[in-house]
Amino acid sequence: MSARISVTESTGLPSLVRTFRLSAWLGWQIESNWADPFLFAIYSLVKPLASVAILVVMYSVITGGDFESPMFTYMYIGNAFYLFVGQVMTGISWAVIDDREHYKTIKYIYLAPIHFPTYLLGRGVARFLITSISVAVTLLIGVLFLDVQIILAQVNWPLLLISLIIGVNMLAMMGLILASIMLLMAHHNWGLGEAVAGALYLFSGAIFPLEVLPPALRVIGYLMPTTYWLELIRRSLAGQIAGTYPTLQNLSNTQLLGILLLLSILFAIISAITFRWCDHRARERGLIDVVTNY
Amino acid sequence: MATTLPAEPRMQSTAAPRFSKVSGWKLFIKTIGARAYPRVIGAQREKSWMFFEIFLPLLAVSAYVFVYRAIQAPEEYIGFVIVGGAMTAFWMNILWSMSSQLYWEKETGNLALYIMAPNSMMAILLGMAFGGLFMTSVRALVIFVVGSWLFQVQYQVTNFWQLILVFSLTMIALYGMGMMSASVFLLLSREAWHISNLAQEPVYLMSGFYFPVKSLGFLTSLAASIIPLTLGLDALRQLAFPSGSELGFLPVRIEIGILIVLSIVFLVVARWLLAYMEKLAIREGRLTESRR
Repeated sequence: MSARISVTESTGLPSLVRTFRLSAWLGWQIESNWADPFLFAIYSLVKPLASVAILVVMYSVITGGDFESPMFTYMYIGNAFYLFVGQVMTGISWAVIDDREHYKTIKYIYLAPIHFPTYLLGRGVARFLITSISVAVTLLIGVLFLDVQIILAQVNWPLLLISLIIGVNMLAMMGLILASIMLLMAHHNWGLGEAVAGALYLFSGAIFPLEVLPPALRVIGYLMPTTYWLELIRRSLAGQIAGTYPTLQNLSNTQLLGILLLLSILFAIISAITFRWCDHRARERGLIDVVTNY
Repeated sequence: MATTLPAEPRMQSTAAPRFSKVSGWKLFIKTIGARAYPRVIGAQREKSWMFFEIFLPLLAVSAYVFVYRAIQAPEEYIGFVIVGGAMTAFWMNILWSMSSQLYWEKETGNLALYIMAPNSMMAILLGMAFGGLFMTSVRALVIFVVGSWLFQVQYQVTNFWQLILVFSLTMIALYGMGMMSASVFLLLSREAWHISNLAQEPVYLMSGFYFPVKSLGFLTSLAASIIPLTLGLDALRQLAFPSGSELGFLPVRIEIGILIVLSIVFLVVARWLLAYMEKLAIREGRLTESRR
């Protein structure tokens, strides 16, 4: 009597959750098991702290260390939370190159009865967790040593939490768009996530108010969900500072949340369409398991 | 009845085909060309790099320009950012296409072929360096020219020949450093990728890519001078901007002297390390190893 093998429906919710959970665990192992925990902790903190320190030094050189200025707090909080943008997008998009060209396992993952976009989203979780710690440490250093004006008693925690949840999902959708494009690209574009994040840095009002940009570029900033997300984060952590700059002053918190939510849904739709198209194109051109060595 | 046998085909020469055996300097130079070739041609085949490696970094550099504008920095700082931003292309190339390259070649199985072939590994590394340098120079030049044009950066070159000399020495020392670290990375596994990843922002900070390195204090700047871009960038800024010398870390002549020393040391150590690491890797059987 032959044993019956039950094949789980790959698109059912339990299957999606299992795929997400296991790929998150896999991502964590890949990110962390190459070093002992202490070395890994240092590694995880040095890079983001250095990127924040670049701005601190730039600011300090010009203003003579005027860290009490609202501009500094604006810049510091924006820069700290912007770490999520690069890391979440890279975490998801890099998984394609890693699995395809390094581990050469992507074809097996494609063959497995799993939902591939869910697998990719799961692979981004590790970087999200590591970045969350980096952001927390960065903020702590800012408050303790650099006069960053965050007063715990005045933090709007519910707004912070809701903004973070919507924002991280929005970033994951942007990461999925990049991962889809990565299916069609050679391995030397591994830095796509960070490159796109670096470019969006300009338009998101992360480190300077959008008013500094020429009017034509400012429009791009208003179309970017990261602009609204960072504004919400600033308002929740340091409301008095966010009010100093006129960028989005006319919008209430609810309106900002509404815009962020709408843009996140829009990006989710775009990511689904992009993945379908790129996936089909990659299969058609035989690029799913390509190895590119230039 | 006589039958006519078909005429036998004319006998071909039975001598073995002659191979022109290339050796010595000819082989060395041919190897350099052969390894540089895929770097240049690869970029032609995958033109997306123009968008991802020129346009996007240019936007990232622009963000730092607008930070300086937001805090009303003197206009020269905009120029500092453009020059530093263009030079990031070289550092990225060193990290990802020089230092990690032998590790990557090991992972993909090419390394064993390189060692089996009758060529010098030093020539392979030089080929990687020349190919990478050529392509990266194109990227850096575009970022520099477009960035300078967009933000109307004014340069005032005080000594053109010194400027060329500083740039050339910086590149020799930098790629020598890349060749040296490629040998070290040969013995690493995934750590190589992580070390390269780690050496981006901290080096941008320590080497003063976006501000005069002097701002970090003498000892920090001195320690950072082990990376040729620190002194190279500082000297370039001193030679290209009116107030550059005021903000410079050391006098340009001293920086040139240090860059000459770094160039020689890195190239000699790269040669020595390559031979040592190759022997070690062969002895320990790690050339074809793939610890993933």
